Amino acid sequence: MKLKRALALMLAGVMVTASLAGCGGGADTGSGDTAAPETNAEETADTDASADDPYAAYAGTTISVAAIETAYGSDMWTKVCEAFTAETGIEVQLTTDKNLEDVIGPSMQGGEYPDVVHLATGREAGLTEQFIKDNLIADITDVLSMTVPGEDVKVSDKIAGGFTETSLTNPYNDGKTYLAPMFYSPCGLFYNAGLLEEKGWTVPTTWDEMWELGDKAAEEGISLFTYPTTGYFDAFFYALMYSAGGPEFFEAATHYEEGVWDTEEAKTCFDIVTKLASYTNPVTPAQANDQDFTQNQQLVLDNKAIFMPNGTWIVGEMAEAPRADGFEWGMTALPAVSEGGDQYSYTWFEQCWVPAGATNQDAAKLFISFLYSDTACQLFAEAGAVQPVLGISDTLTGDNQLFYSIYDNGAKAAMGNFAAFNAIPGIEVRKSFFDPVNSLVSGGITEQDWIDGVKAASDQMRANLK
Amino acid sequence: MRKNRGRSLFLLLCVGPAAILFFIFMILPTLNVFRMSLFQRGAYSPTETFVGLQNFRQLFADANFIRSMQNMILLVVIVTIFTFGFALIFAAILTREKIKGQNFFRVVFYIPNILSVVVIAGIFSAIYKPENGMLNSIIGLFRDMTNPILWKGESLVMVSLIMAMIWQAVGYYMVMYMASMSSVPQSLYESAGLDGAGRLTQFFQITIPLIWTNIRTTLTFFIISTINMAFLFVKAMTSGGPNGASEVALSYMYGQKDAGLYGYSMAIGVVIFLFSFALSALVNRATEREPLEF
Repeated sequence: MKLKRALALMLAGVMVTASLAGCGGGADTGSGDTAAPETNAEETADTDASADDPYAAYAGTTISVAAIETAYGSDMWTKVCEAFTAETGIEVQLTTDKNLEDVIGPSMQGGEYPDVVHLATGREAGLTEQFIKDNLIADITDVLSMTVPGEDVKVSDKIAGGFTETSLTNPYNDGKTYLAPMFYSPCGLFYNAGLLEEKGWTVPTTWDEMWELGDKAAEEGISLFTYPTTGYFDAFFYALMYSAGGPEFFEAATHYEEGVWDTEEAKTCFDIVTKLASYTNPVTPAQANDQDFTQNQQLVLDNKAIFMPNGTWIVGEMAEAPRADGFEWGMTALPAVSEGGDQYSYTWFEQCWVPAGATNQDAAKLFISFLYSDTACQLFAEAGAVQPVLGISDTLTGDNQLFYSIYDNGAKAAMGNFAAFNAIPGIEVRKSFFDPVNSLVSGGITEQDWIDGVKAASDQMRANLK
Repeated sequence: MRKNRGRSLFLLLCVGPAAILFFIFMILPTLNVFRMSLFQRGAYSPTETFVGLQNFRQLFADANFIRSMQNMILLVVIVTIFTFGFALIFAAILTREKIKGQNFFRVVFYIPNILSVVVIAGIFSAIYKPENGMLNSIIGLFRDMTNPILWKGESLVMVSLIMAMIWQAVGYYMVMYMASMSSVPQSLYESAGLDGAGRLTQFFQITIPLIWTNIRTTLTFFIISTINMAFLFVKAMTSGGPNGASEVALSYMYGQKDAGLYGYSMAIGVVIFLFSFALSALVNRATEREPLEF
């Protein structure tokens, strides 16, 4: 009997090992397959690299591109990939999904990477941030000096100034570019221009005017402010920091410098947000979650709140929503802190990058350089996505023309973000800095509580700076 | 002997595949959770550093984690008590009493269980809406609503979650209790009736003791399913907000994974695993009785 049990166990063991071995074998063949085209490409390069076809070295190469599907849809990506193949002969295997992290995440955990990933920072799953924190993104500085396929211009000559100098593209502050800037959108305060016109109110240019407007609106039962979720405070707060203390203060604050939150500039920012919280529509925090945030946006459409921080995508996002009579979108930069001060609008943009583990990195870089070609920009623009290239604002139409001209009308551009730090348990920028705004509005905490929390988190972030 | 061996081989072949799959897809990953909780690593980083019990030490100093555990325990306790009570009462009424439309009620109570949590979140989003929401509109009939009640606001968000979770779970447990209640022989109630026992006495003296085994099983279900469902409800209804007020342990674990703390989130997983295991064992032990036969 004992013998039989032992035999049974042994048999089971053999079966397990066999099936596991099967898994291992499968994985091996898989990576062999992916490596094959690369070898082919190299061989071809050696044998028949001809002078007239600059892409001969890539003949037979297939790159995989993974792009997040956002409000712009995924058609534009299909078209751009087709255009890239037509231009260079490199085949593209495209993956797009609204929850891209769930689609490419598991295979990346298994060590299989797409060659190009278009996925911005600031998403809930934070995949791009994790890649930055773990140094898993390839250096693509040389893309800037590459010639755009099909054109005779360098990439760096096409990208608008400033876009490749922020911590969003150069996360390690070492002068190297790791993430390519994509689809930019000015962020600011969105409002119903029709309502202001009807009431004879003017768009405030300083915070003092803002509070005056808030008092006037309160008499009519309209709140001054609302926000979709606290996540929208990042762009708001960045612009606020710029207008309170200029680029120097922004730099110091986003690098968590010691004592930065005790400065006069920081105090101004905290005071403004706290005062704004008292002018915020009181139902806002109860709807400031991923399920109900559109109801907060609806407050603006229904004339129950005047301003909300948002980006240009709001027009498409709320296109189907009911609205007050005479509603018309308006957008303004953040008011200046004092009379004659600078008004700032944060420039939000997405990022495209090459995982360090990608197999076809050279072809991937070529693909990224193609994203700035006139052809690609045109295809993207048709879907509403605006590439950060020089002269693009001249080609825009409709609401976008108004929104993107914000910088031509006196507002300064704010760019950058909080510096990357090694992950700390329980501490994240949004959770520690912006989520408490919900409690400020509902009265759960005081301004001092918030400041103390920011300082404590900031100290830890400084200690873990990358 | 020979026949016996053939039989064993047959049994082995029958059980083998399931056992192997169970081992690969259940036991190994669970063991891996324990192993990874001792390492510091991101979800995508190829390298990992052994840190011993450091993740656990940080865990118990993390105020956000403590709050999420408190919320989870609150849900487990309150949701279990109310769901258990309602399910038992409804089941007793539907099996023991003659009321019109019995089958209709049976279906109605069970429907929430078939709905996906996302749908439930949508329904409750309409119910809890501050302005023109169903709940506030009804309350508005009796009191002034210039300052609407914020059901998903910081102070009431847990209550709102609890109500939604009870609403969702009652039907399932009701059906389970009904199944065992209907197998209690009618004659017992008849003789108790002759002895002068009222409806309540019958319920406590006959029904409850005779379905005790079933109740014990469901109590374990309650603990495990509330912990799991809490994650789904929080994800779909509140995203853990406002300001973390409705974060539960599993949603916090999920968030920490996204923050790049894979090892740390696995440590949270270990704590939840041990907690639910210990709690189930405790409840099981506390409710142990001599099984009654009928």
